[in-house]
Amino acid sequence: MSPDRNTGAIEFALRKSLHGPDGTLAFEAAAVIEKGGFVTLFGPSGAGKTTLLRMLAGLTPPDAGRIVVDGECWFDAERRIDLPPQRRSIGFVFQDYALFPNLTVRENIAYALGKGRGEWIEELLESTALQGVRDRLPQTLSGGQKQRVALARALARKPKLLLLDEPLSALDLGLRTQLQDQIAQLHRRFGLTTLLVSHDLGEVFKLSQRVLRIEHGAIVQSGTPAELFLQQRLGGRINLRAQVLAIRREDVVFIVSLLLGQDIVEVIATNDDIEAVEVGDFVEIAAKAFSPLIFK
Amino acid sequence: MSYDWQPLLLTFRLALVTMSILLIVGVPLAYWVAHTRTRFKPLIETLISMPLVLPPSVLGFYLLLAFSPQHAFGQWLEQWLQVRLVFSFAGLVIGSVIFSLPFMVQPIQSGFEALPPSLIEASRTLGKSDLHTFFRVLLPNVKRSLLAGAVLSFAHTVGEFGVVLMIGGNIPGVTRVASIAIYDEVEGLNYAAANFYAGVLFATTFAILLLVYLANRRWMRLG
Repeated sequence: MSPDRNTGAIEFALRKSLHGPDGTLAFEAAAVIEKGGFVTLFGPSGAGKTTLLRMLAGLTPPDAGRIVVDGECWFDAERRIDLPPQRRSIGFVFQDYALFPNLTVRENIAYALGKGRGEWIEELLESTALQGVRDRLPQTLSGGQKQRVALARALARKPKLLLLDEPLSALDLGLRTQLQDQIAQLHRRFGLTTLLVSHDLGEVFKLSQRVLRIEHGAIVQSGTPAELFLQQRLGGRINLRAQVLAIRREDVVFIVSLLLGQDIVEVIATNDDIEAVEVGDFVEIAAKAFSPLIFK
Repeated sequence: MSYDWQPLLLTFRLALVTMSILLIVGVPLAYWVAHTRTRFKPLIETLISMPLVLPPSVLGFYLLLAFSPQHAFGQWLEQWLQVRLVFSFAGLVIGSVIFSLPFMVQPIQSGFEALPPSLIEASRTLGKSDLHTFFRVLLPNVKRSLLAGAVLSFAHTVGEFGVVLMIGGNIPGVTRVASIAIYDEVEGLNYAAANFYAGVLFATTFAILLLVYLANRRWMRLG
C-alpha cells in the first residue's frame, strides 16, 4: 500500500536486533495503521513492544526499514533519512510519566507551546480535569493526576501520532478504569492516531479498535480485540493457571489444593494426573464452562 | 590595635574567582562525564578526583615546576602570553581551580546521573533542543547539587594551604591569603593577629555552611 493513497496513515517496516536478558532477539515488524485509529501492542514483556514505540518516536534507532507518517518520511535506512524526535509530530506518554519536577502542572503542559496559547492550555487542563491542581508541582500529585498531566502534555502540540507506553500500569484498578474512559474520550475528541502498549486485556478490549499481538520480536496476530481473544475461546473451555499448595491421598483418588488468584480450591485428580506434579508447581487447569455463574 | 584585612579579602577574592570559573567549567564537564559512553570514562573520573587524595604539596610542586620560567611551559607562557604564573594571583587561581575541581564536579555529576533519562527524552518528543532541555529542565532539577558544588569548592579554596604556599609563596597583597597569614603570624609568635584571621575564617565558613543547610531544608520542604 503506498502512503499517498492512504492519507494520514502510518506505515512502518522496521528491523532491529535487541539485546535482552535472554540473549539477542531479532525484532522485525511491519504494519499500516489507519488515520485516527486506536491500536494496541499486546504481548509479553521483552517482546519488543516498547522498542517499537521508541523507534516510531525516534528515541531508539532501528537497524533497517522505514517509517512513513501521513506521506512524510520519518525514517528510511536506505535513503539515510532519520528525523530526530523533535521533528516528528508525536506525543509520548512514558511509563514513569517523565514530568518535569521543577515545573507546575500548567508549565509542564505549556512547555512545548509558544506564548499566546493560553486558551488551548485551558482547554487541555479542562478536558483532563486538572484545573484544580494547575499550580502544583508534580511530586505533590496523585498517580492518576500525574498520568493526566503526562497525557495533556503529550497532546499539547496536537501530534499526528500519540504513543502511550503502558501509561496505566502503575495505577490501581479503580483509577485505571477511570483513566481508560478518559483516554477513550480524548481519543474521540481529538481523533489522534494512537498506539498503546498494554498487558491488560480489559484495557485492550475497552480502548482498541485493533490489536497487534507481538511475541518474540514479531507481529504474530493482528485484528480486532474480539477476533484475537474471543474466537479462540469459543469452545467454552475455561483455562486457569494455579499453584499447587498441597496433594493428599483419599482412597483411590488424590485431592489437590490449588491457589487460584486469592482463592484456594480443591480438585480431584487421578494418579496419572499428578504423577509429575509436585507441591509448589504451577499447573494449568481446564474446565468446561457449561453454566458458569457470573458475578460483578 | 588595627588588623590587616588584606589576607582575608584576598582569600575571599580567590575563593570567589575560583568558584565562578569552576561553575563555568565544572557544570558542562559534570554533564559530559555523567552522559559519556567513552571507555576512557574511568580515566577521566580518576583525573578529576585526584586532588581529593593527592597531598596539596604534590600538586603545588608540579604546578610550580610547570609554571616556572626555567621550564618549557612557563617559558612559553612568558614569551608568548607575557604571563608569569609563579608567585602571582593568576597562578593561585589556576592552582585552586584544579585543586577544587572534584568538589564542584562530583556533586553535580551525581545530580545529573540521578535524573531519569526519560526527562531528556520527553523534552525531545516535545520538540525541544538538547540545549533548551539543559537549561529549562536539567539545570533547575540539579540546583541542590549546584549549590553543594559551589559552596564546597568555595570553602575548599578558603581552606587551601599547601598548593597556595608552593606556587604563590607569601607576597603580601598578591599571594598572601589568610591561611598562610595565620601560619606566618604564628611563626612570628604573633598570636593575636593569627587569632583574628582564624576567628574570621571560622565564623564565615560556619555561616556559609549553615545558610546552605537552611536553604536545603527549605527546598526539601518545597520539594
